[in-house]
Amino acid sequence: MNDLLPLIADKYNYWIYIVLMMLGLYAMIGKNNLVKKIIGMNIFQTSIILFYVSIAYKKGGTLPIIMGDAHGGGHAAVHAADYINPLPHCLMLTAIVVSVATLGVALALAIKIYRQYGTLEEDDINHQIRMQAGQ
Amino acid sequence: MEMLYSAKPLAAILVSFFVVPIIFSSRSENVREAWTFVAAILKFAIVLSMLPFVLKGGQIAYTLVEVLPGLAIEFKVDAFGMLFALVSSSLWIVTSMYSIGYMRSLNEHGQTRYYACFALSLSATLGVAFAGNLFTLYLFYEMLSFATYPLVTHHQDQEARSSGRKYITYILGASIGLVLPAMLVIYSQTGTFEFAPQGFMNGHFSQPATAVLLLMFVFGFAKAGVMPFHSWLPAAMVAPTPVSALLHAVAVVKVGVFCVARVITGVFGTKMLASIGLGTLVCYVASFTIIVSSMIALSQDGLKRRLAFSTIGQLSYIILGIALLSPSGMTGGMLHIAMHAFGKITLFFCAGAIFAASGIKNVSQMVGIGRRMPYTMTAFLLGSLSVIGLPPLGGFISKWNLVIGTLESGQIFFLFVLLASSLMNAAYFLPISYKAFFCTDEEAMFEKKVDEVPTWCLIPLCMTATCSVIFFFYPQPFLQLAKLAVATIIGAPMP
Amino acid sequence: MTQHFPALLIIIPLLSALLVSAMGWIDRRWCFPLAVASLAGALAVSIGLAAHVMAAGPIVYKMAGWRPPIGIVYVIDYLNAPVLVVILAVALLNLISAKVWIEKDFEDKMGAYLGLYLLFLSGMVGIVATGDAFNLYVLLEIGSLTGYALIGLGKERAPLSSLNYLFMGTIGASFYLLGIGYIYIATGTLNMADIALLVPQLEGSGTLFLALIICMAGLFVKMALFPLHGWLPNAYSNAPSASAGLIAPLTTKVMIYAMVRVGLTVFTPAFTFARPLLSEAIVWLAIAAIVSGSLLALMQRRLSRMFTYIIVAEVGYMVGGFWLGNKAGVTGATLHIINDAAMTLTLFMAVSAIIWKLGSDKFEDLQGLFGKMPFTMIGFVIAALAVIGIPPTCGFFSKWYLITGGINAGQWGFVAALLFSSLVNAVLFFRIFEIAFFEPFAEGHGHHDHGPVFNEAPVTMVAPLLIAALSLIALGLYTGDIVTKLIQLALPAGIA
Repeated sequence: MNDLLPLIADKYNYWIYIVLMMLGLYAMIGKNNLVKKIIGMNIFQTSIILFYVSIAYKKGGTLPIIMGDAHGGGHAAVHAADYINPLPHCLMLTAIVVSVATLGVALALAIKIYRQYGTLEEDDINHQIRMQAGQ
Repeated sequence: MEMLYSAKPLAAILVSFFVVPIIFSSRSENVREAWTFVAAILKFAIVLSMLPFVLKGGQIAYTLVEVLPGLAIEFKVDAFGMLFALVSSSLWIVTSMYSIGYMRSLNEHGQTRYYACFALSLSATLGVAFAGNLFTLYLFYEMLSFATYPLVTHHQDQEARSSGRKYITYILGASIGLVLPAMLVIYSQTGTFEFAPQGFMNGHFSQPATAVLLLMFVFGFAKAGVMPFHSWLPAAMVAPTPVSALLHAVAVVKVGVFCVARVITGVFGTKMLASIGLGTLVCYVASFTIIVSSMIALSQDGLKRRLAFSTIGQLSYIILGIALLSPSGMTGGMLHIAMHAFGKITLFFCAGAIFAASGIKNVSQMVGIGRRMPYTMTAFLLGSLSVIGLPPLGGFISKWNLVIGTLESGQIFFLFVLLASSLMNAAYFLPISYKAFFCTDEEAMFEKKVDEVPTWCLIPLCMTATCSVIFFFYPQPFLQLAKLAVATIIGAPMP
Repeated sequence: MTQHFPALLIIIPLLSALLVSAMGWIDRRWCFPLAVASLAGALAVSIGLAAHVMAAGPIVYKMAGWRPPIGIVYVIDYLNAPVLVVILAVALLNLISAKVWIEKDFEDKMGAYLGLYLLFLSGMVGIVATGDAFNLYVLLEIGSLTGYALIGLGKERAPLSSLNYLFMGTIGASFYLLGIGYIYIATGTLNMADIALLVPQLEGSGTLFLALIICMAGLFVKMALFPLHGWLPNAYSNAPSASAGLIAPLTTKVMIYAMVRVGLTVFTPAFTFARPLLSEAIVWLAIAAIVSGSLLALMQRRLSRMFTYIIVAEVGYMVGGFWLGNKAGVTGATLHIINDAAMTLTLFMAVSAIIWKLGSDKFEDLQGLFGKMPFTMIGFVIAALAVIGIPPTCGFFSKWYLITGGINAGQWGFVAALLFSSLVNAVLFFRIFEIAFFEPFAEGHGHHDHGPVFNEAPVTMVAPLLIAALSLIALGLYTGDIVTKLIQLALPAGIA
């Protein structure tokens, strides 16, 4: 138990991402309302973005913007250890775009479902489907 | 041995394949049937043209495509395959003739489909006969299962549906469930499928494993009707009689025993089986089938069902003969493929003729029918004598060889099996003929007036009956082919 | 020109997707020919690439000229060249076959629908062609998002099924993304070839092992491996016919390709198959998939639903074969990607033609179908034979490799499951044949004067169907060439 606390404290950002991920997963599986599920999905995706941002971080690192003159003298000043890793950030730009697009598609489908069934509660929708099948 | 590379085997197989679209597209009955005849005669001619070369001890080989190393679609015409091809292709001509008479007189529906599937079935049968390796054999075996399904269920009524279900369940279930895994295991160990005169499994498997594999093949080729995988055959008798005649006395069932025989000789190898005593195991399985099916046949009243159980027994004769592993036994077994085919097809033709002319299916209602249909019933008598194995009919020759075979291999028990079964054959066949001709006027159920079936039906059954007689006096080329095949297997000089 | 083929492969569908959707505003009549032309062009490019790979070996294409491992590369090698051809051929055939459906269902949304169709393909093609692990994720999402839309455009339960698919799909893709994160932690690179170079030095790395497990778990969700298959049957069977014929053959197969790619050329076989317990567990999962997929298929009363459960079982074939970890197994799994795509396409095109004519694919409505739609049924029968695994159709040969792999690995459970599934497939399809062969009025002695009325689907449906059906036999007969000239060269040396 003594080891665990420092482990949590030292790597709290990773723990937060895991907690957020589980929250999102719970919402996607456990919630009855479709929009709540969609929100859960978004939390789930965001937690992974946090994870990527975390792995890029270095203690004492700074923004990876290289100062230097316009003639390429900057390369002399590069000490990779001083800068946080820019690549995961770039990747996450793409991932954010993907998650926004997913959200868009999901909401569009939710609208279509709402028009069709008049509700977004999954229980009610399933009930209606069963009624239709029964007829 | 002389080898010839030629596409003739492929041509023989494809002739009937190509006629299928023509049959489908033709509007008139006559055109359709004319094309069936053209295909049948062409097929027979191609097979015949290969005969002299095979009789000289040569083999004709052709590889269509090698899919994977060792997994090729490959044809090889040897004496045994030739024997079978000769039987099935010649009887197709006769059956086509009979079909015309039968189907037209009963005014059956779907005749186009009927002729097309028939042609396909014959393609598959020749494919099995000419298969050069186990893979090709399996391929055409399965093709035959599918091509015959619409024939078996031709009537498309409730009974046909349940029989068709039984048929396909047994045949396909056994082949996928037993033959395919056995093939895979053999291939994974030996890496080849090529039939060899002494098999290719020697030394790859332990004795118990060999026994299991052998039984998987014997039962898995369910078309051979070895008990307990036999009950599809009586069920399949719902098919129109020409189908029962050609397919369930010749093509389908003989494909089953042919496959078993090929596997025993070409995959396992007779020497290997003899050395570990597995031939006897198969002999016992076959003997059980022979005795039990004969007993069941005794109790059947439906003529076609009686014939079906008789067929089950006779098929096991062939397997018994091969599994005796002695030269005469194998000769007898192979010869029985031909002799039984001609005898049994006659019987089926007669059963169909009786049904077409009078609508009667049961033996108990056939008292005195010889007065009305003398030619048919004479042919029936000849056919049953041949199947029982009495001289002067072809069946005697093959049975004689089988008997010699049991003595050669010193397994007297199987001699008694053969004799007991022959007695039972006589007991379930002869009363039919006796009652048909010899009965008092009160007993007779028919007028004395001769009222035969259409000539199209009558000619074929007279032909096959005559052939059965001829083969007693002149069993060539079948005897020669069987002896050649056995000589190749045991490695003796050409006879 | 040839050197830019890998880029064209993805650019053609991508640009024409935009063009087609723009054309939807201008003149709808041009949308369909344009889509067909672009797919045909992409197909030609993929064939050219495959020929080039077979003649001169793999191609590495640097996108925008950036050198790897900094830039993104597209790699066309022995593994994905045939898969690319199959994907584009499937898409083209299905598009032609679905012409009447698209005209009927999406008359006023023609441009949008075809745009999605092409965009979906650029995603699929990209997944297969890319040599960058993160790029694969992006393309995966392009393919998936368009897939959700293609399914969600359907009627009745389609939007709901699509949304459920979207939830599962997002979980799967996110897991894959997470796995890539761990790979990046362990190796510091995203280029597949670069990762593979570094993996041998990280043999005992827990991070990398975690990455493998998370990546695979994500892909398993996306390919609907039992018990994560729940989304698939509803999504595929409720989709519009035009979409089902595209998505059902492609999505799961492309995911399995991704699994093979990640397992073989990212983690390398030595690392992927290093833990027998993991491999064993996944094979047993696959066995469960095969058995339960087959049994669930037996319980269905609609053709398209039955097919979806067959897909679940087929996924088990490929996953199990791959995780056997031996040469025959992996060859069989890879071969089955190609064969199963063709088989599933044929089945779904047949069912789409049947629904077009009958308005339903319920079993009881199929009576007398052999007489009504003989050509469709010929295609259907050939596809059925391939699924059952009857030679000389292609299904036999991939199953052959898979079973051989099982025997060589001593994994008898897998062998038994494959044989069991063949038997169940035989039952499944013969039940259909029986219904379709017998006619509703066949009580009594059945001497009908005239059978069911000939009523075949339009030629644009039947022709692609028959081409696909014949290709099943052709693929079977050319198995030897596909295996020896492509797949076996694709296997890394680490596989025994």
